[in-house]
Amino acid sequence: MTAVLVDPQGVRETPLQRIDRTGRRPVWEEEPTRIGQGLKGLSLVAICLLVLGPLWVVLVTSLSDKKTITEAGGLVVWPGTITFEAYEALLSGGAVTRAALVSVGITVVGTLFSMAVSVLCAYGLSRPGSFAHRPLLMLLMVTMFFGAGLIPTYLLVTGIGLQDSYWSMILPSALSVFNILVLRAFFTGTAPELIESARIDGAGEWRILFTIVMPLSRAVVAVISLFYAVGYWSQWFNAMLYIQDSDKYPLQMILRQLVLQHQVPPGAMGQAVSSGALSSLSVQMAVMILALVPVAVMSPFVQKHFQKGMLIGAVKG
Amino acid sequence: MRAPRPAGGITRRQRFLRDRTLLLMTLPAVVLLLVFSYVPLLGNVVAFQEYDPYGAGVTGSPFVGTYNFERLFLDNRFWEVLVNTLVIFFTQLVLFFPIPVALALLLNSVLNDRVRAWVQGIIYLPHFFSWVLVVTVFQQMLGGAGLIAQQLRERGFGGFDLMTDPGFFKFLLTAQSVWKDAGWGVIVFLAALAAVNSELYEAAAVDGAGRWRRMWHVTLPALRPVIALLLVLRVGSALNLDFEQILLQRDQVGAGAAEVLDTYIWWTGVRTGDFGYATAAGIFKGVFSVLMVLLANKVAHLLGEQGVYAKQ
Repeated sequence: MTAVLVDPQGVRETPLQRIDRTGRRPVWEEEPTRIGQGLKGLSLVAICLLVLGPLWVVLVTSLSDKKTITEAGGLVVWPGTITFEAYEALLSGGAVTRAALVSVGITVVGTLFSMAVSVLCAYGLSRPGSFAHRPLLMLLMVTMFFGAGLIPTYLLVTGIGLQDSYWSMILPSALSVFNILVLRAFFTGTAPELIESARIDGAGEWRILFTIVMPLSRAVVAVISLFYAVGYWSQWFNAMLYIQDSDKYPLQMILRQLVLQHQVPPGAMGQAVSSGALSSLSVQMAVMILALVPVAVMSPFVQKHFQKGMLIGAVKG
Repeated sequence: MRAPRPAGGITRRQRFLRDRTLLLMTLPAVVLLLVFSYVPLLGNVVAFQEYDPYGAGVTGSPFVGTYNFERLFLDNRFWEVLVNTLVIFFTQLVLFFPIPVALALLLNSVLNDRVRAWVQGIIYLPHFFSWVLVVTVFQQMLGGAGLIAQQLRERGFGGFDLMTDPGFFKFLLTAQSVWKDAGWGVIVFLAALAAVNSELYEAAAVDGAGRWRRMWHVTLPALRPVIALLLVLRVGSALNLDFEQILLQRDQVGAGAAEVLDTYIWWTGVRTGDFGYATAAGIFKGVFSVLMVLLANKVAHLLGEQGVYAKQ
């Protein structure tokens, strides 16, 4: 549990922030020294390289042909001949294509489902003084402190027959109480005058939620959707626990099999790898890229929202 | 037309009817939580049973009292695992915790907005990667066939595989956590830094405090409550190490170094079928965690911080 809550009112622009927007430093601050500036720049570059370097190597190796990989003695740092054959092999049907589709499906369905349930619940609890909202909030928050434990959850999920069902990768972790509380904090912050005037004009709760509250909370809805989507996309443990049928494996399971357990993929692609027509290294790297591309593409769009609006809220009682 | 009566003046029935749409909206979430959080909470009763997975299930298995707990507490393996979990936790705590703070201070001192936004965007990125991906990235960099081993071999050095070294495992886990989440941890501290009144800096500067003294006397005190809060939360989840991360590497490193409470529960329960014993271990973990939060919070109060919940 991280202790980050999105502040409903948004963070005030502090004087310090206003200063850097103009690019000037306050008069009382000393001129930075050349060495200091240089060291700071160097450490920033080093930090970024630590993150991006490995990703670069993975990307370049996935795009390299067999000869380049052999010459480099394994992983490729400087690109030679670029080829897409690893991706073509992965995406032309077979286990990896199916796993990618499973992952996309679970992510889309799961995120829509989680968001629908979470938004409704958050809005239902956002009205101060509404019937039973305190006990219901308690009901939610108790689950943040007392987890049920792995074994009882496992027994339940298998007991109700979800084994080998796609729902076993969605339902057990469909709701994050933390996310609901964040949404609720935002909804509560929506101007009560707006809601009041809509009610006078005859709008019901559903209409108020969809035409007033939701459009005003677009930023937080985007952030929470990303959190849920990333959760579903990254999920490996539920699949490992509940899915035995390898046709239903999500991409993370395949990634683990190929790279960590060094298993040769079944089917035509596996033959191409074991006969040496296709570099197994570039195949592994291509699967890694497939697993990271969706989140790497999505997160920058949402980033501007969580960069400005995050504040400590801890656990509200 | 009558004026609406104040909320306190209407009956429960009237309030229920008034808010029935809102209640209906919370219903799906409540049902989900009841089924997937509360029913399993009751399912912990398995810890007191001789659980029979094939016939009777949770409702029909015979009760055996505290037999499973006795087995648990008399089992040397359990205590070894517990110690191992705590060792990994404290390694992570000591080596991980200062890094986001330092990163936040560094970023906060960058005045150029665009540079800062770029760096933030880059260091946030790994937080969104799955553990499978993070572990495979490390495998490709530090593993026996990885980039560093490959470069060393080309220069005529011997073998090198940090991924399977049991002695190095706790540091490997810490490195992975830092790579994945240190950038993300920065957000909280940056928000706290943005809320510092800049007049404090100005006043300190007027009083002759240099850059470092301002950091010591203005910036760090501003971060203190946040640091205390995060430490309390962290200690409370001491036994909740990143389960997927460790389970993924359990086979490579061996259960000797890589077994933590969560993987032990998974192994004894799901894999070997000793459900009662594993559930007892799970209950131990839950109780221990709550006690740790209370304890850490107490310490935070003694140090004059607010912690998770305020002093009564």
